[in-house]
Amino acid sequence: MNVAVCAYGAGNVRSVVVAFERLGASAEVTEDPRAVTAADLAVLPGVGSAASAMEGLRERGLDAALRERVADGGPTLGICLGLQLALEETEEDGGVEGLGIVNGRAVRLRDGRVPRIGWAAVEPSGEAFYFAHSYAAQTQAATARSEGIVAVVEQGCFVGVQFHPEKSGDAGARFLERCLSRA
Amino acid sequence: MPLPRLIPCLDVAGGRVVKGVRFQGLRDVGDPVHLGARYSDAGADELVYLDVKATLDGRPALLELVAGIADRLAIPFTVGGGVRSVADAEALLGAGADKVSVNSGALERPALVSELAGRLGSQAVVVAIDASGSEVRSRAGSQPTGRSAVEWAREAEERGAGEILLTAIDTDGTRNGYDLELTRAVADAVSLPVIASGGAGTARHVADALDVAQAALLASILHERPARLVTLRDELRDLGVPLRDAA
Repeated sequence: MNVAVCAYGAGNVRSVVVAFERLGASAEVTEDPRAVTAADLAVLPGVGSAASAMEGLRERGLDAALRERVADGGPTLGICLGLQLALEETEEDGGVEGLGIVNGRAVRLRDGRVPRIGWAAVEPSGEAFYFAHSYAAQTQAATARSEGIVAVVEQGCFVGVQFHPEKSGDAGARFLERCLSRA
Repeated sequence: MPLPRLIPCLDVAGGRVVKGVRFQGLRDVGDPVHLGARYSDAGADELVYLDVKATLDGRPALLELVAGIADRLAIPFTVGGGVRSVADAEALLGAGADKVSVNSGALERPALVSELAGRLGSQAVVVAIDASGSEVRSRAGSQPTGRSAVEWAREAEERGAGEILLTAIDTDGTRNGYDLELTRAVADAVSLPVIASGGAGTARHVADALDVAQAALLASILHERPARLVTLRDELRDLGVPLRDAA
């Protein structure tokens, strides 16, 4: 199993690679659109802020590669900001156009302390995962929520998660294993 | 709100976990990767690694250490100590840290907080505040700044900080309880998560801090013994503190 983790800005993508390697997959960080197209599973991790991230994707041609990949039915996972970027738009940085892979938009969290940081239960399973975010998806494609906030989005071959499975201990590893088994 | 967090803190220098009083007389107490992994297995929600020497010539060793920690841990960890530029922070995150903590570097140049948040996102930026009474001190608590902790926390939030790590110097290491008055004042002043630090001696102290703050930093109460974290979690549950079910 070959996993391509998109590199497009500053942040911790090493943990995503390590998490997949622990599960026996071969994972690499790449800026190359062809590697993203060819992989068994492509991962759009969340690094930086929305505007700089979209710019980073465009500069490398990764935006088009991801859209084409999903249109062709290639299994793709978006994590945290990676989920938000897959939507049509996000409120972050004064409004940024997303990849439009999933219908919906990301809006700023308005309740509680923001950023929302820590472990929280995801329903319906009730398992706790680690979240660290200031924006959240509003979409019809939501399949799981955490405290009312969209936690998982599924649309065709695209799965997006607001939490960080690579930082969510054993629960996160089990989630990534399911992603691999479906890819 | 997410669950309250317990965050063991490991002081590191020269690639080892060290222990000392006010950073004097450091002695070696273990391997950072191994100890961090044992805390993770014992149910830690996150970890904080503080490079207590934070010298420039120690940077490559620190990055290597961060990579080793990231390879082993599947929970988030923050690295602090000597971060003075976006490049410093990018190197730490690139090596596998989830967040950086800034302290003196941000006091000397508050724009650093804005730069870090703009480049890395607020969720990766922890502003550490050391305070004595209600006044901020810099350089490992040695220098008075004349700034109020509440005002500095507010400014950090405006500049894009994602969390405040508030250490009460007067209670730190005493094991007589957190400075709840200071912690409450800062937590009320910002809408960011606040991590209380300094003074934990008993489960009751930690529970009281978690009534006010969203997370508690644990240092001397654990004494580098992961088994203590297991019993502490049980005691906190008995006190009605909701904690995650760690595997």
